[in-house]
Amino acid sequence: MLQKFNRIKSLITKEFYQIIRDPSSILIAFIFPMILLFIYGVGVSLDMDNLKIGLVLEDTNPDAQSFSLSLKNSKFFSVEVARNKQKLQKKLIAGNIRGLVILPFYFSEFKSRPDKQGPIYVISDGSEPNTANFVQNYLQGAWLNWMTQENISNGEKTIKINVQPRFWFNEELDSRHFLIPGSIAIIMTLIGTLLTALVIAREWERGTMEALMATPVTMREIYIAKMISYFCLGIGSMLICTFFAVFFYGVPFRGSIFALTIISSTFLLTALGTGLLISSAARNQFLASQISIITAFLPAFMLSGFVFEISSMPLFIQILSYLIPARYMVSSLQTLFLVGDVWRLLIFNISIMLIVVLILFSIIFSKSIKRLD
Amino acid sequence: MFKNIYSLIIKEFLAVWQDKRIRLILIVPPLIQLFIFAFAATLDVKNISVACLNRDEGKLSYELIQRFAGSPFFNDMQYLNDFHQIQEVIDNQKAIMVIHIDEEFSRKLLSGRSPEIQLILDGRKSNTAQIVQGYAFKIIEQYYSDLSKKMNLPFPSTKLIARNWFNSNLIYTWFTVPGLVAILTMFTSLLVTSLTIARERELGTFEQLLVSPLRSIDILIGKAIPGIIIGMGEGTIILIAAVTAFQIPFTGSILALYFSMFIFVCSIVGVGLFLSSLCKTQQQALLAVFVFMSNSVILSGFATPIENMPIWLQKITLINPLRFFLIIVRGIFLKKIPFSVIFQNLYPIIIIAIFNLSVSTWFFRKRLE
Repeated sequence: MLQKFNRIKSLITKEFYQIIRDPSSILIAFIFPMILLFIYGVGVSLDMDNLKIGLVLEDTNPDAQSFSLSLKNSKFFSVEVARNKQKLQKKLIAGNIRGLVILPFYFSEFKSRPDKQGPIYVISDGSEPNTANFVQNYLQGAWLNWMTQENISNGEKTIKINVQPRFWFNEELDSRHFLIPGSIAIIMTLIGTLLTALVIAREWERGTMEALMATPVTMREIYIAKMISYFCLGIGSMLICTFFAVFFYGVPFRGSIFALTIISSTFLLTALGTGLLISSAARNQFLASQISIITAFLPAFMLSGFVFEISSMPLFIQILSYLIPARYMVSSLQTLFLVGDVWRLLIFNISIMLIVVLILFSIIFSKSIKRLD
Repeated sequence: MFKNIYSLIIKEFLAVWQDKRIRLILIVPPLIQLFIFAFAATLDVKNISVACLNRDEGKLSYELIQRFAGSPFFNDMQYLNDFHQIQEVIDNQKAIMVIHIDEEFSRKLLSGRSPEIQLILDGRKSNTAQIVQGYAFKIIEQYYSDLSKKMNLPFPSTKLIARNWFNSNLIYTWFTVPGLVAILTMFTSLLVTSLTIARERELGTFEQLLVSPLRSIDILIGKAIPGIIIGMGEGTIILIAAVTAFQIPFTGSILALYFSMFIFVCSIVGVGLFLSSLCKTQQQALLAVFVFMSNSVILSGFATPIENMPIWLQKITLINPLRFFLIIVRGIFLKKIPFSVIFQNLYPIIIIAIFNLSVSTWFFRKRLE
């Protein structure tokens, strides 16, 4: 027993030396996460602060002018005004503006008639559907505001339904607040799976695995040693990411460190397990990295709900997403950062990840026989 | 001389084709990516779970709730009984929006006062929440407009008419799949060029090439052309899949698309040659490709618009050929962009391609000597 511990201990020491002395492990574990977090943090944003739109004023009566003024004063838009739509239409096709608002020449006339309504056409560039949705939404908001002000200034007494939206947990609607916690899950997948799969494949490729096999260590001991070393590396990288998220990007952290530790440990185990499994099947780095990118990184990126909404995907992909541990991690991290310790949700997520861990490790340990072919 | 290059190119194709692993990687992952991710990479918002807390007892609020429940965007409306449940459903992500109608709603409407509706949205997903809010506004707007006609209430003097050009139903695959044509073309050509050189280095066969009668520029051309051909071949497959399997309209000129694709692939092959002259092993080459790919995809406007980025980062995206090629591909697919617009976006790629190819040639030759 004692011998066994000693063996694992020396294997871990060996791993640590290997990590420290190989620049590419440090690159994947520390530099790469920082670059990714930086790029995700500043590059990936869904907040449209300054939508470029064109406004076609075919009608120049005071009513139309007042609407035009309220758009120009809005901080959400940067407006370009023209009298006819030809020029702006070209800009919309070239993608220089995101939407076109048209007040037709009969706008004021229709507005003043009791049986008609003055039409305002909002045309968005549907080739970017998400932006198109925002163009429509923001213009609807701007229109409602303008109507309210019109009613006040005209002293008209109309009734309307006042809708008051409240966005909980993220009042300022900063998309970074949910993208950054999500990207931490992606980074941890990368370290846990890609790095682990690569280092083991490397031992096979270089023939050092054969050398290890010639010693008294068992396959399980090799796996355990690898796992412990890369677990520590993963936790280290997790801490750095959290630190950056909170102090550099100002993402609130409303949960507890305790919950964060439990969740990230469980998730790291699933990622490490996947990495070990891949490396036991693929014994060269090329194949190992390809398989880990396709089975771990891309699903974590696309199917975890990190940016893309799972409920909008077709059913078979939704079902597939339940098999991806990152899905549970992203939801837990977003909750921990923005809401707090919602234990019901967290325990559910942890237990599913634990089941994945159990399955993965029982496969790995049942296959852990020393053989070279 | 041409014969030498020609035989080198044939050799490269054979090497790529005979290596089972490379063959697998060039065919299977891109197709998986195309099919899974064309559907998964969606910022569409539908099938949303919503809940309502209706404290009003009148018929009017009931009708409004029925409209929400009947909307194709929402599924399973959950009915709540008290305030505490709001927190519970939102915290546990059981619903992304709770519609709260107070007890005064019908009474206020009937007596000619303005009633209030509160929407509570889960800000953990701020993008989705904002779009859901937009849907809710439209439903309420429509409800009020119908109600005012029925009950002879004064209706608003203006109305908003929404139209989406180029993609009137805002189908998300129309946005992602043309983008994937660009991305997978890029991925393949980058992988082929950088990996084949790195592999020769690792196996030591690069030395054999050097002692052959080929000049270094011949080797370079011989390595670049298979990357260009395979990359464009992959692009073609996805193009066909986009038009047939995904039924995405193709409005522009196919010739212009291929011409732009050729120049784009040249600029990418330049990057591949450059990366491979830096890397000694396949692992390093793969990592370099991966880092390069993920950064250029993020900085291209593939998933999120460039104009949302800070200004200094927007300037950096100007050296990213993918950014310009995406505009061209999407424009040719959906918007039938005129040649002037294609050229506006093509000339930066031409400059980048010339720069990349000359720098990588210089680097490559330096490494050889």
